[in-house]
Amino acid sequence: MRASIRVGNGCGFWGDNLDAPIALAKHGRLDYLTLEYLAELTMSILALQKQKNPEAGFAADFIDVLTRLTPVMKEQPLLKIITNAGGMNPSACARKAREVLDAAGLNQKKIATVAGDDLMPRLDELLASGHDLQHLDEGTPLAAIRKQVVSANAYLGSQPIVEALRLGADVVITGRIADAALTVAPAMHAFGWPSEDWARLGAATAAGHLIECGAQVTGGLWCHWEEIPNLAEVGYPIAEIEPSGLFRITKPPGSGGVVNLESVGEQLLYEVGDPARYLTPDVTADFTTLQLEETAPDTVTVRGGSGKPATPTYKVSIAYRDGFTATGTLALYGQDAAAKARLAGQIILDRLRRAGHEYARHLIEVIGAGDMVPGLASDGSPREVMLRVSVHDPHQAAVERFTKEFAPLVTAGPPGVTGYTTGRASVRPVLAYWPALIAKSAVQPQVRLES
Amino acid sequence: MSMTTTTHIALRAIAHTRSGDKGNHANVAVLAYTESGYRWLERHLTPDVVQQYFAGLGCSKVERFAAANLHAFNFMLYNALGGGASRSLRIDTQGKTLGQAILDLPLPMPPDLDQMRRQAKRTLP
Repeated sequence: MRASIRVGNGCGFWGDNLDAPIALAKHGRLDYLTLEYLAELTMSILALQKQKNPEAGFAADFIDVLTRLTPVMKEQPLLKIITNAGGMNPSACARKAREVLDAAGLNQKKIATVAGDDLMPRLDELLASGHDLQHLDEGTPLAAIRKQVVSANAYLGSQPIVEALRLGADVVITGRIADAALTVAPAMHAFGWPSEDWARLGAATAAGHLIECGAQVTGGLWCHWEEIPNLAEVGYPIAEIEPSGLFRITKPPGSGGVVNLESVGEQLLYEVGDPARYLTPDVTADFTTLQLEETAPDTVTVRGGSGKPATPTYKVSIAYRDGFTATGTLALYGQDAAAKARLAGQIILDRLRRAGHEYARHLIEVIGAGDMVPGLASDGSPREVMLRVSVHDPHQAAVERFTKEFAPLVTAGPPGVTGYTTGRASVRPVLAYWPALIAKSAVQPQVRLES
Repeated sequence: MSMTTTTHIALRAIAHTRSGDKGNHANVAVLAYTESGYRWLERHLTPDVVQQYFAGLGCSKVERFAAANLHAFNFMLYNALGGGASRSLRIDTQGKTLGQAILDLPLPMPPDLDQMRRQAKRTLP
C-alpha cells in the first residue's frame, strides 16, 4: 500500500485564479489534482445555459485549464484529475475534454463521468411518490414553488468517484457532488478503506473540507493578513493523506502564503454549523476530535479524525425563479457625504413611487458610513461614501424603470455626486436557493467510462 | 468601541475569526489564541452577547458550538443574511464581513490578559 497520497486542490470556485491549478500541478508533486467549480447557485445558471444549448451547462473554465494542464499530464503520467466541472452536463464536458486530450496526443487517457445527481427530469415523479422535498429550514413542501424550479441536484458522495478510479479513469468529471468527496474518494480508492470506516472517512472529510476552498487555507482570509508573504503568488493547498487517516496540510515549496495553526483553524470552521456533526453523504464527521500541530514550515499535521455513520439522506440543492433584482450605485463626496447619499437614495425611491412603482423589497446602503454590517456604528463622519440602492420585485418592467433613476441625480441631486460612469445597472433574474433532503434510495449515481 | 479601556478589551486582543454563509444563515468562528482566552470566551462570549452585538442583522436565533480542540466557538446566526446569496439586497450577501466585525466586540477586561494574547509560538493539544 502507498505510504501516503497527495491531493491538491487548484480551484475553490468557478471564477478562481486560472493559473493556480497549473502552478499546483507543476510544483505540488500530486497524485490527484482536484478542481471545485460549483457554488450553491452555480447549477441553476448552468441549467439555464443548457436549456439554450444542449452542449453547454458545464464549467467552461475547466476546458481552458485542462488544455494548459496537458504538458503537465505528459510529464506526470500518473497524475489524475477529479473535478465537478461537469455541472449540469458532465457528458458534454467530457466530450470537450476528450477533444482537448486527443489534440494534445493524450489519446490513451481515460475519462469517466459521474451523473445521477440531476433530479430535474424526475422531479414530478419524485414529488408524486411522496418525496416532498420540503425546505430544510422552513418545512414548506416544494409543491409551493414547483413551477418556478430551474434545477434540483442531489449532493452525491464519494462512492461513484471511487468506482470511476477503480475503472482506471485518469480524469473524473462529475456534476453536483459533496465538495469533500473530491478528496475522500481518492483516499478510499488508494487505501481500500471500507465505506463504513467512519473514523478515517471523518478524517479525510476534514482534509477535503480544508482544501476545498483553495487558497483560504494557505493564507487567503487569514486574520493576520499583514504577516503573509507574497499573497500574489499564494500556493494552493495539498492534503497529504496516510492510510491511517492522519494527514498534513501544506502547499508547494517556494509559493506564497502560509499554512499554520491559525490559517488551518479558521478554515476548519469555515461555513460549518456544529463542528461535531459535519454532514456529508459519506459520513457524519467530527471535527472536534482533531489535533493540529505545526510539524514543519507551512505544514500542519492533523491527527485524531473521527466520525459517525452517514445519514440516510442526500442533501438536495434546488434553485427557483423568484422575480427580478437590480442594484445601482453613485459616489458622494464632501462634508456630510453620508447624509447626502441617504437623501439621494430617498429621492430615487420617491420618484419611483410617484411613477407608480412600489417594490416588494428595497434597500438603501451607504457604504463607508457603516452599512456593510447593519447596526454597527462606524467611526466619525466619512468624507466620501458609495450610495448603493437595490430593489427586488416580481415585475421585470418595474425593475427596469428603477435602473433609469440614477443618472438624473448627476444633475438633480445634492452636490458632490459622481461615479456614474459604469452605465446603467443591469436587471438580473433572481434564482433563489431551496435546500432539501431526499432518501438515498431515491437517487441512483451513474458512473460511465467515456469512449 | 474597538478601544481597550481599563474595564474592557476588544475581542481581537485574544481571538481571531472567520465567517461565511450557509444559505440565509451565517457562521462566525471565533478562535482564541490560548486556553485561558478560550475559557474567557466560554464565560463572556455567549450566544446572547453575539445576538445583541449583531442586533442590526435581525437574526432569528444565535447558537454556539464548542470546538475545544481549536480553542474555538462557532456561532450560527440564523436568518442573518437578509435572504442569502441570491435574494439578499445587501452588499455582503454571504456574511463575509461578520468575522471582521466581531473583532471589535467589547469583552470585560480579564485579570490575566497577557496569558490570552497571541503567543510567539503556538501549539494546540
